[in-house]
Amino acid sequence: MGQTLSEKILSLKAKKAVKANEVVTVSPDFVLSHDNSAAIIQEFKQIGLSRVASPEKIVIVLDHVVPAASEKHALNHKIIREFVKEQGLPHFFDIESGVCHQVFSEQGFALPGHLIVGSDSHTTTYGAFGALAVGIGRTETASIWATDEIWLRVPETIKFVLKQRLPAGVMSKDVILRLIGDLGAEGANYKAVEFAGDAVANLSLDSRLVMTNMAAEMGAKNGYFEPDDLCLEWLRGRARKELEVVRSDPDATYEAAYEYDLSAMEPQVACPHSVDNVKPVREVAGTVFHQALLGTCTNGRLEDLEIAVRLLKGKKISRHIRLLVLPASRPVYLEALKRGWLEILYEAGAVILNPGCGPCLGAHLGILAPGEVALSTANRNFRGRMGSRDSAIYLASPATVAASALEGKITDPRSYL
Amino acid sequence: MKGRVWKYGDNVNTDVIFPGKYTYTLMPPEEMARHALEDLDPEFASQVKPGDVIVAGRNFGCGSSREQAAACLKAAGVQAVVARSFARIYFRNAINLGLLVIQCPEAVEVLLTGDEVEVDLEAGEIRSPKGSFRFPPFPESVIGILKAGGLIAYTKQKLIAKGLIK
Repeated sequence: MGQTLSEKILSLKAKKAVKANEVVTVSPDFVLSHDNSAAIIQEFKQIGLSRVASPEKIVIVLDHVVPAASEKHALNHKIIREFVKEQGLPHFFDIESGVCHQVFSEQGFALPGHLIVGSDSHTTTYGAFGALAVGIGRTETASIWATDEIWLRVPETIKFVLKQRLPAGVMSKDVILRLIGDLGAEGANYKAVEFAGDAVANLSLDSRLVMTNMAAEMGAKNGYFEPDDLCLEWLRGRARKELEVVRSDPDATYEAAYEYDLSAMEPQVACPHSVDNVKPVREVAGTVFHQALLGTCTNGRLEDLEIAVRLLKGKKISRHIRLLVLPASRPVYLEALKRGWLEILYEAGAVILNPGCGPCLGAHLGILAPGEVALSTANRNFRGRMGSRDSAIYLASPATVAASALEGKITDPRSYL
Repeated sequence: MKGRVWKYGDNVNTDVIFPGKYTYTLMPPEEMARHALEDLDPEFASQVKPGDVIVAGRNFGCGSSREQAAACLKAAGVQAVVARSFARIYFRNAINLGLLVIQCPEAVEVLLTGDEVEVDLEAGEIRSPKGSFRFPPFPESVIGILKAGGLIAYTKQKLIAKGLIK
């Protein structure tokens, strides 16, 4: 009987053939954490070890509240920097770097065949490179720092077979929103999701990262694309370690399979206050909002900025709204700067934020007041997430956000492209 | 231990259990408790009593991996969360902190806010004047962690057994 990619990677790590629903104790290749590292350090110290088990596996990126928004946040960062120095941790990325998931990918830690755990729910992102990447909590992370081990249940797999090409103005964000809307916020809880089909070859890595990032929003343990030539090309010169190309066997067992024709897709929006409350843009077109957010770990890459630049070049955003642009990382920011894109967006009326998580989680840099509405390219629209309990968030693609910023109301981007 | 039920719906997410704006600073448990369920039920934090039980629908704790969403309920004195189902990271976080999380759709069907309940982990039973509800035993690995009082204590035990710490 064949195996899925998740079964294969966990078999490699457990050094025995395993299948769905078995529980294995394994050692991950890398362990990610971010601003929550201070809390992890506190827990690690309670264990009583003086040194972490494998310093070379620990990757820390400061991104959630950068630069520090208050004295308390500053202290949080200081504790982390001191620990990094004390333990001699080689993979530390300070506040200038960007969102952890983009930094981790660009820096070549996210590799095919690897097992990655991270104390962030969107750790699923690295499945875009064919890794098995799983979100965990901080106590679990502290325990891995101490023992280099974690127990995991081998997940069952749901397969999405994607066919044909996306029409102009429709992006991978629209696809993943539709899938989440159809499957529900709990639809893939405890499970793996595989994105497959002939459409995948036409999806850039930037596009794939959006989908694996948001696999978390259907509850998935991990989401992945099988590594192909495009993926291996992207990793050339970046990969930190030997990679092991692992793919699902043709006779692997799937719990379910769903087929989607991407050529029939239209722009989608997740309406307040849950990510699975998904409607086609045309059904909510005309909805007024106050703040637009373009960026984050979901949609803050060059492909995302590029489409906004195409739509906003030489134009001005509606004077009734504000537009925040949040590039996902330092390299993305720098490249957008060199290409003149930041200037175009700035001229259009945007506020350009430093790479990081920014206002996505409601800690700083663009909090919503009571009664305000945001239209965002991020991955979550839970009540109160970006500020007031009485604010609301719609989630959409960068194309939809850019077209809507021009009009000051939710707008289908297809007529602009 | 007896307690009162606080009943909520499906997809209670980590942002409404513990808002992100409080997340990235170090905060003592008693302060976390003051923000518990702040954006879901602003009355909860001031009125919850030790031993109370949260009863909810599907996918409790979906969203962020932030562990304060489990820690704040434990610090508020919540004895257990009973739900139709749990989001996977939340389920692990709760176990790792020693917060009892019980999947029991039958109990969720019947129990309402204000009902008095008693949770018996040993017997695998939730008892109330409206009836008793059985829940399946936890896997061995989970019982080990719960018995130790959480994952940190459990890891400590393992390292002591290996002679790596005293």
